[in-house]
Amino acid sequence: MPQLEQISTYLSQVVWLVLTFGALYFIMWKSALPRIANVLQERQERIEDDLQKAESVKKEAETVLAAYEAAMAKTRDEAHSIMRASAEAFAEQAAQRQDELSARFATEAAAAESRIADARRQALADLRGVAGDLALAAAQKLVDVDVSKGDADAAVAQAMPSASGGQA
Amino acid sequence: MSEKHSPLAQFEIKTLLPIEIGDADISFTNSSLFMVIALVGVSLFLIMGMRKHALVPGRWQSMAELCYEFVAGVIRDTVGNEGRRYFPFVFTLFMFVLFGNMLGMVPYSFTFTSHIAVTFAMAMAVFVGVTVLGFVKHGVRFFTIFAPPGVPVAMWPLLIPIEIISYLSRPISLSVRLFANMLAGHTLLKVFAGFVPALGAIGVLPLAFVAALSGLEMVIAFLQAYVFTILTCLYINDALHLH
Repeated sequence: MPQLEQISTYLSQVVWLVLTFGALYFIMWKSALPRIANVLQERQERIEDDLQKAESVKKEAETVLAAYEAAMAKTRDEAHSIMRASAEAFAEQAAQRQDELSARFATEAAAAESRIADARRQALADLRGVAGDLALAAAQKLVDVDVSKGDADAAVAQAMPSASGGQA
Repeated sequence: MSEKHSPLAQFEIKTLLPIEIGDADISFTNSSLFMVIALVGVSLFLIMGMRKHALVPGRWQSMAELCYEFVAGVIRDTVGNEGRRYFPFVFTLFMFVLFGNMLGMVPYSFTFTSHIAVTFAMAMAVFVGVTVLGFVKHGVRFFTIFAPPGVPVAMWPLLIPIEIISYLSRPISLSVRLFANMLAGHTLLKVFAGFVPALGAIGVLPLAFVAALSGLEMVIAFLQAYVFTILTCLYINDALHLH
């Protein structure tokens, strides 16, 4: 087996092992490994950065959404209050008009009633005069008695006491 | 069967460029050549792979990053955060052994990790380094690694020698495991490949077996690099935390 027979080559093998291994170690340590580590670190940082960016953008979107929703809610509330206020205003106006109308109707009704009362009084007064004249004329025609106008009126007033009161 | 075609001939070390300093023979051999190829291969693989420095990696860069994250994951899982300091060493160890094993899968190539001299030197470096680390970190208290906590004192005379032997055998098990796996796998491949021309038409069967075995050897090449690395990490963890 050459491994155990060629003992004279041991020194050469070990020397070249030390030389090549040492050179490789130096190259790895100074050049190759830092390069790889740099790239890996850059990538890691980039990924973290991107994640952070995505996170902040997401947060921003959420605040925008929240602001939008708040604005919507506020607008909705405003619309509600405007609607409520205008409904109240309308109701008030309607009530006021109704009051005015009923007040007008009431005064007009009162005026009409007083006019009616006047007319009635007038009618009653006229009726008394006509009744006196009628009684006078009847007395003259039927019994041929000349009754004075004053007596006739007194008799009418006696027969219709309520007519002289002016009250219906 | 001549010596040249022996299944073990592939492990023979041939001098390519004789170098001698004093009496010491440090010739540039086929083993040295493949160590240099591994060195250049790993460096190019990682540095050229990361050349574009892309935020979204391509295939090559993905593989380079995968190696980095794989070893980083092994260290994080076994040693924890303190292990970051030893990351360059562990990473170099993993890539060097992995490329050494994988280069050996190329036909007519040489597998430097199939030599006990190389694997034992690496294992000894890990062993000595970890022991020094333990003493630097804990001083004399590092010896408590031989007396696991929660063991009754009566058991100590039995347990401490066992612990010491197991600790001292770490470099042997670490180096022999890698060396023997590579040796056995490549020898087996060579033996079965030898059957292919010898059997003529029926040689298709050993050929299919060699193809399947090559796949298995690829897995073993990776697995042994992984095992070497994870054991190194466990030893570092022991030295840092004393169990």
